[in-house]
Amino acid sequence: MDLITPGLGLVFWSVITFLILLLVLKKFAWKPILGAVDERETGIKNALEAADKARKEMENLKADNERILNEARAEREAMLKDARDIKNKMVSDAKEEAQQQATKMITQAQEAIENEKRSAMAELKNHVASLSIEIAEKVVRQELGNKDKQLELVESMLSDAKLN
Amino acid sequence: MCTFARNLEQGIFKLFIMTLNTLRAVLFLVFSVAVTNFGFASQDNEDQDKGFNAKEMIMHHVKDAHEFHIVDWDNKPISIPLPIILFTDNGLTTFMSSEFHHDDSGTHIVEKNGERFVKYHEKIYQLESGVDTLTFDEELHPTNAKLPLDFSITKNVFMMWVSVLVILLIFISAASKYKKSNNFMPRGIASFVEPLVVFIRDEVAIPMIGEKKYRRYMPFLLSVFFFIWVNNIFGLIPILNGANVSGNIAFTVSLAFFTFIITSFSGNKNYWKHIFWMPGVPVPMKIFLMPIEIVGMFVKPISLTIRLFANITAGHIIILSLMSLIFIFESVAIAPVSVGFSLFILIIEIVVTAIQAYIFTVLSALYIGTATEEEHH
Amino acid sequence: MTITGIAAIGAGIAVIGAGMGIGKIGESAMNAMARQPEIQGKLQTSALILAAFVEAVALFGVVASLIV
Repeated sequence: MDLITPGLGLVFWSVITFLILLLVLKKFAWKPILGAVDERETGIKNALEAADKARKEMENLKADNERILNEARAEREAMLKDARDIKNKMVSDAKEEAQQQATKMITQAQEAIENEKRSAMAELKNHVASLSIEIAEKVVRQELGNKDKQLELVESMLSDAKLN
Repeated sequence: MCTFARNLEQGIFKLFIMTLNTLRAVLFLVFSVAVTNFGFASQDNEDQDKGFNAKEMIMHHVKDAHEFHIVDWDNKPISIPLPIILFTDNGLTTFMSSEFHHDDSGTHIVEKNGERFVKYHEKIYQLESGVDTLTFDEELHPTNAKLPLDFSITKNVFMMWVSVLVILLIFISAASKYKKSNNFMPRGIASFVEPLVVFIRDEVAIPMIGEKKYRRYMPFLLSVFFFIWVNNIFGLIPILNGANVSGNIAFTVSLAFFTFIITSFSGNKNYWKHIFWMPGVPVPMKIFLMPIEIVGMFVKPISLTIRLFANITAGHIIILSLMSLIFIFESVAIAPVSVGFSLFILIIEIVVTAIQAYIFTVLSALYIGTATEEEHH
Repeated sequence: MTITGIAAIGAGIAVIGAGMGIGKIGESAMNAMARQPEIQGKLQTSALILAAFVEAVALFGVVASLIV
């Protein structure tokens, strides 16, 4: 019975002591310790958040880079294609032109040849005509002198004509 | 998986401790019966031989005392005298406990300001005028003396103050470590203290009271946890063994009183409604539940008081009983068994110091939590 | 037998009850932990608190035996 009867004195001193302990510890121990722990935890939280943000930004940046790279690649592709097209066009154009030129030149040449041929024919005709007239003239002149002579003349004339 | 295994290990350990606790309670009963009987036996033989009285020795160690008795040397007790502060009908009377000359049988009379005091079984009696010796009734209570109000600095008060000094030294120096370090990193003793503080916050205050309101109650919970723990540990140190502070019901009732006051003052409308007019049940049931709830309100701090007191006192009694066996059997042969068992119980007690402090704190937090809980339906 | 002896027997009966109660709590807690290891921390805390409540009942018995 004695054991479980609280003594008034000890109750009094316990209450006083605990009250003082509580107040002193609250002010000089728990406040700084809990404050520091809180401060550190918020610090860590903030740091983690910042890291997370940075990582996200990094990811965004990477995605951006990827996009830009892709765009550049596409552009290059397009440019190459254009260039190839232009080249092909130029080549085909040139070919065509050359073809045309060649055809034109050939036609011109053919025309020129034709003309030359025609003029040569005309000259030949003229020449043959004048030669015939000349021969006729000479023949006529010889016939007038001597028969033999005439024959001779014709003979020589003919050989001349052959040489010519 | 690894953490699971570790947690399981811890869980098994805790359950093991619980089982040991029960075992301890059984041992406590066995020994208290055994020692009581031996005590009676030796009391019967007291005339022939002034032998060892286990019950008296144990009770002397478990109870409070007016002087700090360290050891008996050559049949003379060596002890630290402590001040005695009494409020009698004539007012305050103070003197040192050494004036009783270690007498505890009520024969040595100390006279102060015309008032005469004797000490009998660690209680100070004021003798009625004209009486020189105490007379007793059948239950050995003095009949011709009265008890003045005793506010003495007893052994327990003295040890309590020592523990307060230790606590202040540890925690204030720990707190000052944070000021010196940048980044609020714990250094030195702070790195030992911080996990405990964070443990109380994360495992006790936040789950029991809730994220929103726990801050207000942290100082109380932390103070009560460390106050109990340090006093429990001090109670286990053999040379201070008499100072059974946390196993004294006056100490535990004071702390439970704080819990009760805080619970009642922070109780919101919802809490009081649940006590006086339980919502959600029919009216006859409301009337039936009201007295139960009111009794429950007081049983909570009482159970806190009893739990701590009984656990710690039981531990002390078991250890002392085991030690007493040597002197009861008056044989050295029993000493190894006694010491072995005592060591075993002492190791359990070391764990119990922390568990009881933790349970007191958890239950305080739980009661505060129920008192501050918001209505949620 | 003295009144003290009878009181001790009464307290002993209270302790048997508490022992069984705490054993049951331990058993259920272990089962629950094995089933749901993820809520182990909570289980441990509640098991400890419940054990404390059961223990309190036994302690009331012991204290009752101390009173007589």
